[in-house]
Amino acid sequence: MPADFLSNLYVFILAGFVGFELIKRVSPLLHTPLMSLTNALDAIVVVAAIIIAGRQETPLATVLGAIAVAASFSNMVGGFFITDRMLRMFKAGKPKQP
Amino acid sequence: MTPEATQQLLDFAYIAATVLFILAIKWLSSPVSARHGVLAGEIAAALAVGATLCNPELVAYKWIITTLIIGAAVGIPLGMVHMTAVPQRTALSHAFGALSAALIGIAEYYVGVPNVTRFGMAEIGLEVIIGSLTFTGSLIAAGKLQEILPQRPIVYRGQNFVSLSVLSAALLLAIALVINPANTVLFPIMVAVALVFGVLLVTPIGGADMPTVISLLNSYAGFSAALLGFVLNSKVLVVAGALDGSSGFILSVIMCKAMNRSFTNVMFGAFGQVQAGAAAAVEERTVRSASPEEAAGILAAASSVVVVPGYGMAVAQAQHKVRELYDALTKRGVDVKFGIHPVAGRMPGHMNVLLAEADIPYERLVEMDEINSDMPQTDVALIIGANDVTNPAARTDTSSPIYGMPILDVDKARTVMVIKRSMSPGFAGIDNPLYYMDRTLMLFGDAKNFVGSIVRELAGGHS
Repeated sequence: MPADFLSNLYVFILAGFVGFELIKRVSPLLHTPLMSLTNALDAIVVVAAIIIAGRQETPLATVLGAIAVAASFSNMVGGFFITDRMLRMFKAGKPKQP
Repeated sequence: MTPEATQQLLDFAYIAATVLFILAIKWLSSPVSARHGVLAGEIAAALAVGATLCNPELVAYKWIITTLIIGAAVGIPLGMVHMTAVPQRTALSHAFGALSAALIGIAEYYVGVPNVTRFGMAEIGLEVIIGSLTFTGSLIAAGKLQEILPQRPIVYRGQNFVSLSVLSAALLLAIALVINPANTVLFPIMVAVALVFGVLLVTPIGGADMPTVISLLNSYAGFSAALLGFVLNSKVLVVAGALDGSSGFILSVIMCKAMNRSFTNVMFGAFGQVQAGAAAAVEERTVRSASPEEAAGILAAASSVVVVPGYGMAVAQAQHKVRELYDALTKRGVDVKFGIHPVAGRMPGHMNVLLAEADIPYERLVEMDEINSDMPQTDVALIIGANDVTNPAARTDTSSPIYGMPILDVDKARTVMVIKRSMSPGFAGIDNPLYYMDRTLMLFGDAKNFVGSIVRELAGGHS
């Protein structure tokens, strides 16, 4: 079993626990923004896509990488954008007295 | 700078990004700090992408820059959709995320072959299968939510057998590839079979189960990214994927609990088919209906009102009229709260964002358990476009298909008012005894128009 696999497994398990503890505490009020934010974070696969597209090892890999860059970057941009839009809508308070 | 020093700098950028990811989710726990969470995520993403662009392995930027621009051009409009369209946007973004994870895995395979190790092949195989099935599954879910595809479950005899056979075929192909990773003929077949399985997985699932399905696809998309991190030995992907995957998983568990159903039941149960016979057997019963004037009179005389919104409110786009009603009643000194069932709508938290969009303060949006304890002291429960989540049969009728599902106890309020188009049973086809209670008034009509009429009556009847 490669050593990399084991160290990745450590990281995966620890991150999974951290995620579990943090996400449990997110109010149900914010479950929709939670999903769009984690989606935007997940779009970090764009970094792998950039490397595949930019290394230009084979034409096939370059094309696949390029499509992956577009797909994941659209998630990143759109995900942060819509999460912030939603969160701006959540206002506390004092209903206004007309 | 030496290549080693550059590499170390890149690694530090990724570590910083990882820390910011965790902070982003931590800050999302409360509406007060949540926007800092988005900022943290944005900085993390900018750091990671910026560092990657400096990677000395990159030889050409033409494709990267072009596709980054295309991605932004697609992403920004998708970030600007209406709150009612958020479920389908979310499903689409799961599809994009899974697509890119799958494509990167596929590219890794073809670049590496014939030097792919067996262990590496196992990782790539699993990653590509999960990514591919999540891609097509999420596209089907998005199609259903956008109503390009029918929302009802599409079922046929032997469905589960066919679906499971297709999944087994994909896994067997992956095993064959692990035995001989250089077999480039099997690889595309495995991808195709996984893509087909994604379609088969989601087609039989009905619209009302979408909150669970979206959460589950969320989880798959996350885990495929984490697996990609294993394939590429990238810790930042492992962490981001693990966070996204566990988030989706927790949400699916919450959704399943809120429907008193198991994963297997949601995935293979094809809800909405079984009850057809039971609904037909119900004898004619009388209901009481009321006009907007009468409804306005009762609401104005109440001191506490709980509004229960459901998917019907989203469909009718009634949330802004509901806000006007909230304002009118609050002005008269009526205490108005909103009772939110976890599975109301088409994705977790759907009702909250719709009502927040309509400027209703979030402290007024109350979770099910909390609002249920207030229900017996509530003068009026006003149900707008919700059905099964208010059905008292879930508490009392052991033969009901939704028996055991936690519901909002609206039947305990002093008066119940239900805005509904007609008496036709809801999505799941289950009759709701709530409608036949003496204390219940049915308000027949379109949610948006009816709430609008009530608001006009409260304002003094001048239209």
